[in-house]
Amino acid sequence: MSFLGYRRQNGSVGTRNYIGIISTVTCANDVTWWISQQVKGCAPFLHDQGCSQTQPDLDQVTRTLISLGWNPNLAGVLVVSLGCESVSVDEIAEGIAESGKPVEKIVIQKVGGAISALSQGAKLARDMAVEASKTKREEFSDSELVLGVKCGASDTTSGLTSNPAAGATCDLLIDKGGTCIFGETTEFMGAEHILTRRAATPQVANKIMDIVARMEKRATAMGFDMRGGQPTAGNIAGGLTTIEEKSLGAIVKGGTKPIKEVYEYGERPQGKGLFIVDTPGREPEFLTALGAAGAQVIIFSTGLGAPQGFPFIPVIKVTGNPITYERLPVHIDVFIELAEKVGSNIAQAGESLYQEVMAVASGKQTKAEIINYGNFPNIFTVGPVI
Amino acid sequence: MKQKAVILNTKDNVATALAELKAGDTLELEVGEETKEVRLTTDIPFGHKFSLSKIEPDSPVIKYGEIIGVSTATIKPGDYVHIHNVVSRRGRGDLGGGDK
Repeated sequence: MSFLGYRRQNGSVGTRNYIGIISTVTCANDVTWWISQQVKGCAPFLHDQGCSQTQPDLDQVTRTLISLGWNPNLAGVLVVSLGCESVSVDEIAEGIAESGKPVEKIVIQKVGGAISALSQGAKLARDMAVEASKTKREEFSDSELVLGVKCGASDTTSGLTSNPAAGATCDLLIDKGGTCIFGETTEFMGAEHILTRRAATPQVANKIMDIVARMEKRATAMGFDMRGGQPTAGNIAGGLTTIEEKSLGAIVKGGTKPIKEVYEYGERPQGKGLFIVDTPGREPEFLTALGAAGAQVIIFSTGLGAPQGFPFIPVIKVTGNPITYERLPVHIDVFIELAEKVGSNIAQAGESLYQEVMAVASGKQTKAEIINYGNFPNIFTVGPVI
Repeated sequence: MKQKAVILNTKDNVATALAELKAGDTLELEVGEETKEVRLTTDIPFGHKFSLSKIEPDSPVIKYGEIIGVSTATIKPGDYVHIHNVVSRRGRGDLGGGDK
């Protein structure tokens, strides 16, 4: 198969053709949002970080914003800054410009406040959007695709049908030379011994153990049983008893291929194949990590029905829960029926999900895109706000 | 006919309900080449688990052929298995750290 995408200056391929309006700091979110809503063809990136944090978190925010700017679904980027924030707007804009795409910036405090920033920013965004609109879709090989995989609002059906189907889709893409990225480190707990068997090298296996230990340490540092937080109340209502059970059902969504490398939050994987990004599983932070890692399409497996997409990446919602499919047609793109013999339809479900990924990569709109749901992602940070 | 419940691995001591099951229901479940009969002691909601054998307190609860937690009470065959009688071994800050 192949898909129709947008060629970028650095050789990467977009499945969408937006101008990204990227906020550097929570205080610039309103202007970022206004510009994105005023000018057609724009997608905002809003978040709650960027100031009054310790250096490791500020570095993580900077790295993540630069990587998001590199995402091939963005034809150009306007960076919106307040002016006095801890992260550097120049560093972020220059970092994105190294991708070869056009980058502009606007600093609210320098241009006379929010209204002027809206006016000037909208003009910059408009010019870039007009230019981007001239780009035509071209045919590309499947190997150019970077697929992110996520599960959320999981229940028992996630581990039985939708996650295995997502895993089968990943395997197909890897076989065709493409790239898949998964993560949700919290949901490796209790299943890390299975993942490490698939590590391409002993170093990768060690990294998997390290990131799980690090995440577990953060979870236990509060002195509580993390149950209720993980598994969530919804997971428990859906039949999942422990994090181990959730993890064993969750890791199958990454398929069965060798894991080539483990990356830090906000990093961009190099090369092709199957990769892990270290991130917790909560949607706003994890979808951002997939965007920063360069995902052009995301498969999101859900049991109870999570609604959100991502501002500039199509997110395909897949469920194996018949009740969710019936109740939430507004959010669910693909339903995978539980076979009479459980598991017997997974290979075929993986094939049809693969075809859906290619259709969406070529321009078919997902349910989350159509209703514009998913404009409030975030960036994962570990330290305090100070 | 659709399966009413599934055993995912021959090592498992729990099965997962694939329908709303009722107390007193007797299920015949495939385990590898064999068939196992279990009579439910309580209602089991869709997607939730029940025991296939007697599980002593503080014993492993196994699904997917892997340990998903530890029992906190005696669990009889056909009993509902969930957070009231199984605890996680991971992320237990209440115990002073993760059990590794």
